[in-house]
Amino acid sequence: MLAQQIVNGLMLGAIYMLVAVAFTLAIGVLNFLNFSLPGLFMVGGMVSFGMMKLGWPWFLAFAVALLAAALISLLVERLAYRRMQGGDPEVPLVSSLGFLVLLENLVLIQYGSDQQAFPALLPDMNFRIGGLVIGMAQVLSLAVSLALVFWLSRFLKATNAGRRIRTVAESRETALLMGIDISRLVPQLFVASALLAAFAGILFAVNYQQVSPFMGEGVGFKGVAAMIVGGMGSIWGAVLGGLLIGLAEVLSISFIGADMVNITVYGLLLLILIVRPQGLLGRPASREKL
Amino acid sequence: MSGYLTGVLVVLAFNVMAAYAVYLPMAAGQLNLGIAGFMAIGAYASAFLTNEYGWSMWTAIPLGSGLAGLMGIIIGIPVLRTHGIYLAMATFALGQVISAVFLNLEVVGGAAGYPVSDYASPQVVWAAAAGVVVLMLYISRTRFALCLTAVKSDATVADLLGVSVRGMQVAAFALGAAVAGFGGGLYAHHYNFVEAQHFNVLLSVFTVLYVLFGGTQTVWGPLVGAAFFTLVPELLRASDQWRYAVFAAFIILFMAVRPQGLVTTSLMTLFRRRRVTP
Repeated sequence: MLAQQIVNGLMLGAIYMLVAVAFTLAIGVLNFLNFSLPGLFMVGGMVSFGMMKLGWPWFLAFAVALLAAALISLLVERLAYRRMQGGDPEVPLVSSLGFLVLLENLVLIQYGSDQQAFPALLPDMNFRIGGLVIGMAQVLSLAVSLALVFWLSRFLKATNAGRRIRTVAESRETALLMGIDISRLVPQLFVASALLAAFAGILFAVNYQQVSPFMGEGVGFKGVAAMIVGGMGSIWGAVLGGLLIGLAEVLSISFIGADMVNITVYGLLLLILIVRPQGLLGRPASREKL
Repeated sequence: MSGYLTGVLVVLAFNVMAAYAVYLPMAAGQLNLGIAGFMAIGAYASAFLTNEYGWSMWTAIPLGSGLAGLMGIIIGIPVLRTHGIYLAMATFALGQVISAVFLNLEVVGGAAGYPVSDYASPQVVWAAAAGVVVLMLYISRTRFALCLTAVKSDATVADLLGVSVRGMQVAAFALGAAVAGFGGGLYAHHYNFVEAQHFNVLLSVFTVLYVLFGGTQTVWGPLVGAAFFTLVPELLRASDQWRYAVFAAFIILFMAVRPQGLVTTSLMTLFRRRRVTP
């Protein structure tokens, strides 16, 4: 029973992990708490659902969803982020929240506010290992998310583009002096974090076979929690945080009660913030905005 | 006055009180994303006093507000060790935990909600909101507001000039919590019903939205922001399902054009100059 719940928690954690990595890219490099990411998570799930309802094959539907998220994210960069430069740091928060409300309502107008059933893509196949039941979709999504995060961390560490990104994260002025084209780098980062969030949305839809216009809120906020528990700006911190939050959620549902989820998850977050504000794997903040 | 108009104006009054609860800490540079939690404390505490002990709401609501303020001090001291985005996240988590605790508290009905016996009429709610606005206008003219601005602008310099930075931060946080608790207590007694689900993250986050939209440079910003956010969606009601989408698009474009919010210091001086030269 316990082992089974741990497995389920890790699977849920994989989704939180991707969302947390998306948030951590935006915060760690751009210093921007991008509240439109839960909206893009939802776009990932809902647009794939909508395209598949029109009869498109799943890979095209996913591609359209990812493309839509990337385009919206470029718009967010244009209207919410770029304007913040030099202004009050809370302002982009407002406009990115505006995007969340806008996206939710546009989808709501199109598909209604009800939960929709997402078609089952993978054959209903389960692995059984010593009494444990592990769903095919779950294993696949955990593996894909881990691979993605691993690749991302390699990318940031070893490639030139990754080095540029880390320089901007370290100090914007220095990066500018070193000749890094920030105005080109920033939109790329926005697209990357949007793709991560939308991909997490697709995985969520495939895994739990349901989508709704508001699916992003709960997951998005837990993604933020995961990012902070792990340490803002740290990719492996986001991974650890995501898995921990997923575990805390599933274990408290099955052992304490469904209503206690928020107490354990956000209590954990609060505790971490008071005891170790930089998160489990984060470095102490030397400089921060907002 | 029609029932509809009364209803809208009551919502406006609650939004104005919530907006000032967010504005006070923000004037000291704190982004409080957990204001709904403090509203829940005020609402449940005052409702419990009127229900179980037969207190009148005239004493129960101020006490509920005081309790929320006290919680603000108790929680504020550890939480205010963090700052910036960490503080925002800590308050966010705090709001979630508080409303989840009330959701599980069987003494006050748990998830089923908690009916309240005493009733606050719309006039009482309006008067209370007006009182909060007047209080804020008064505070904005005191030395306290000046200290808050100093702490927000540069905590180090404020500290060097002898301002107790920690004290000011905790005071602003706790006062904001008390105002939130006051609004929450009135909410419980006006609608005669409290449920923990009402005091969720989105309530906190949207209240922050009003304040930032109205502008934080002057004390009028939250009032204008709350009025705008309450009344404009009602005016857009004709377009029915599109109204929130239209409204959200408007907010995005507005913030892109005028990121400092609707009411700014320069706008206020413009008004003042006009008044002087007839």
